Amino acid sequence: MSRHTLSVLVENKPGVLVRIAGLFSRRGFNIDSLAVGPTEHADLSRITIVVNCDEHPLEQVTKQLNKLINVLKIVELEPGATVERELILIKIRADMETRSKVLETVQLFRAKVVDVALDVITVEATGNRDKLDALIRMLEPFGIKELVQSGMVAIGRGSRSITDRALRPVERSA
Amino acid sequence: MTEHSSGPSPRDLAARAQPPSPPPPAPAKARVTGAQALVHALERAGADVVFGIPGGAILPAYDPLLDSTEIRHILVRHEQGAGHAATGYAQATGRVGVCMATSGPGATNLVTPLADAYMDSVPIVAITGQVPTSLIGTDGFQEADISGITLPITKHNFLVTRAEDIARTIGEAFHVASTGRPGPVLVDIAKDAMQAMTEFHWPVPYDLPGYHPVTRPHARQVREAARLIVESKRPVLYVGGGVIKAGASAVLADLANLTGMPVITTLMARGAFPDKHPQHLGMPGMHGSVAAVGSLQRADLIIALGARFDDRVTGRLDTFAPGALVVHADIDPAEISKNRRADVPIVGDCREVITDLIAAVKAEDRKGDYEEWWQQLDQWRTKYPLGYDEFSDGSLAPQQVIRRIGEIAGPEAIYVAGVGQHQMWAAQFIDYEHPGTWINSGGLGTMGFAVPAAMGAKYGCPDKTVWAIDGDGCFQMTNQELATCAIEGIPIKVAIINNGSLGMVRQWQTLFYGERYSNTTLSGAGAASEGPRVSGEDLPPVPPSGTRIPDFVKLAEAYGCAGIRCERIDDVDRTIEQAMAINDRPVVVDFIVHKDAMVWPMVAAGTSNDDIKHARGMAPDWGGLEDE
Repeated sequence: MSRHTLSVLVENKPGVLVRIAGLFSRRGFNIDSLAVGPTEHADLSRITIVVNCDEHPLEQVTKQLNKLINVLKIVELEPGATVERELILIKIRADMETRSKVLETVQLFRAKVVDVALDVITVEATGNRDKLDALIRMLEPFGIKELVQSGMVAIGRGSRSITDRALRPVERSA
Repeated sequence: MTEHSSGPSPRDLAARAQPPSPPPPAPAKARVTGAQALVHALERAGADVVFGIPGGAILPAYDPLLDSTEIRHILVRHEQGAGHAATGYAQATGRVGVCMATSGPGATNLVTPLADAYMDSVPIVAITGQVPTSLIGTDGFQEADISGITLPITKHNFLVTRAEDIARTIGEAFHVASTGRPGPVLVDIAKDAMQAMTEFHWPVPYDLPGYHPVTRPHARQVREAARLIVESKRPVLYVGGGVIKAGASAVLADLANLTGMPVITTLMARGAFPDKHPQHLGMPGMHGSVAAVGSLQRADLIIALGARFDDRVTGRLDTFAPGALVVHADIDPAEISKNRRADVPIVGDCREVITDLIAAVKAEDRKGDYEEWWQQLDQWRTKYPLGYDEFSDGSLAPQQVIRRIGEIAGPEAIYVAGVGQHQMWAAQFIDYEHPGTWINSGGLGTMGFAVPAAMGAKYGCPDKTVWAIDGDGCFQMTNQELATCAIEGIPIKVAIINNGSLGMVRQWQTLFYGERYSNTTLSGAGAASEGPRVSGEDLPPVPPSGTRIPDFVKLAEAYGCAGIRCERIDDVDRTIEQAMAINDRPVVVDFIVHKDAMVWPMVAAGTSNDDIKHARGMAPDWGGLEDE
């Protein structure tokens, strides 16, 4: 088993996400992380999916995904040639005594304070999985009251764009 | 009868050319309701028949349907019948079958036929009415999320909420259903979209940016396959339903004749290659012939064409064809290496693949030497032919009944089976010489398939004799469509292979559950004396064999069909000939057969093909190639 990041370019239509999520569960896959959002092209959305599985089943699920009519393109992003980011928001206990220590940690990770109250600080951080895990570990001793994380988004390094090629057929049939 | 027929008769339609007649000269751009746009689009897409039942949410569509001179609507008795009829029509004609139902229960009744068509890659389009847009999501009366429900059992589906999207969506639905790997497509249309006004345009450009089926095979892969063919010693052409869907039977025969390779045809491919061809070894799989199963197990090369290495064919996968290299050609890339890893994957339409393969084999300018292989195969064929036991008491062996139907009706007839023992016997003991003459529910195994599918096949091919080979269990699931057949003038013939039980399940109970026949007896025989009775002691005496409640002859007559019963082996031919002579209404023949007949050969579920039994407790001697 190994970790794979799939970038799936889909038509921006209702019901597309459930087709994709349904296919994963039907074929017995657990999605580790999922992020959906618009792209530079209004008609397209991009879904970033992180799964833990072997090569052969991954190939099978990729082929099945490709058969979905609303899926335009699937790319597996190679870790070495990819920028990966997740976003977390954490509410940490911080009273007068601990606040400065919390802030010190936050600064170490180049995280941002987005809200303050008498007894808590809310922090925003972005980064790859390892960095965010480390941040959470460092903040845990102060007491985490609430934590929310986005799915991972990822983009290939260099000048190539996965939408370029996928877009051509869209224009042709329009 | 005329008051029930709102369109052309089957015979009129047959007189028209196939593919369907050119579209009527309706204005290319006209102000219409969404429902009118739907009917115009169906006409332009080539539909000549719709099987369905109206209801609240689909009512707007039924009004303009009444005016259509191109489309005949066949009012079925249950939506499941509509779906299977569309499948039978599609399988027999190669065109897209269409069925229609209302929202909620009408739509959910289509779930089984959609799943069936999905498993067998049949191009059908299902049109369902949906509650008005304002009610969607409110648990409105007769609301069901049918597009959500059918997500995993359709090739694609659409929910249409705007009148202006209807015509384009119908065009897309027919396109998606019939191209690439065919399959069912559902179009769910909100009632208010059908009632709103719009402009009708045709043709409408498709908006399917993600849909590009590959049909042209990769030349290098084809050359590699050709090289393997001429270099192999023990090849086999493993032919699946994709060959029929691609219309590739003629080129397949050319390839077989050119190379001299043996051919096996799966349950979905019966008829793709003539049974009388000397290179045909029969059907592989759980109930395949010893020669066909043995050819896969001992092959050094398998050329899979439009087949999907189903578990019913491979048996235990890790012991399947251990010595074979695999060339796998399929239009669906996801089938390749799904179950068995392909050494030479070829994505493409089977007709194009085979055509290219013929050219590539010719270019090799040498031929494979399969003589030793054929000696082995012929030995298996001679030693282990398909056979069955006859009964000395004069009762009917079901295999013999089915064989005689095939011999008397001949290879030009169409045979449609339900699911179970009778299906396997019909696959084994009828000789198929042409594609499209064998129609069955292969992947899903849908009991109740035969009668409605035969109705659809007969509608599509009115000049052909259509025999439904059904079981007494299957028949009781969908026989109400006999009323449809009688009223709409669709004279199918039904042979009920009546053994008084759910025969295939009973066979498994005999073999694997210590002959404990839990709930497989339909006749009441044997079961009547056990357990408490519901209604006292005054039940009629239990008849000796076969399901007699209901009385299928009386049932047939009640439905306006001819009903005939046959119980003695001496009467079989006469009865079949009598049924063949009745063409003005459907015929039901109740063949009371011996309940203990079993389907052989058999590879028990989950075991290896090597452990095939050609009769109960009898394993074939594989001979010379055993130790290779």
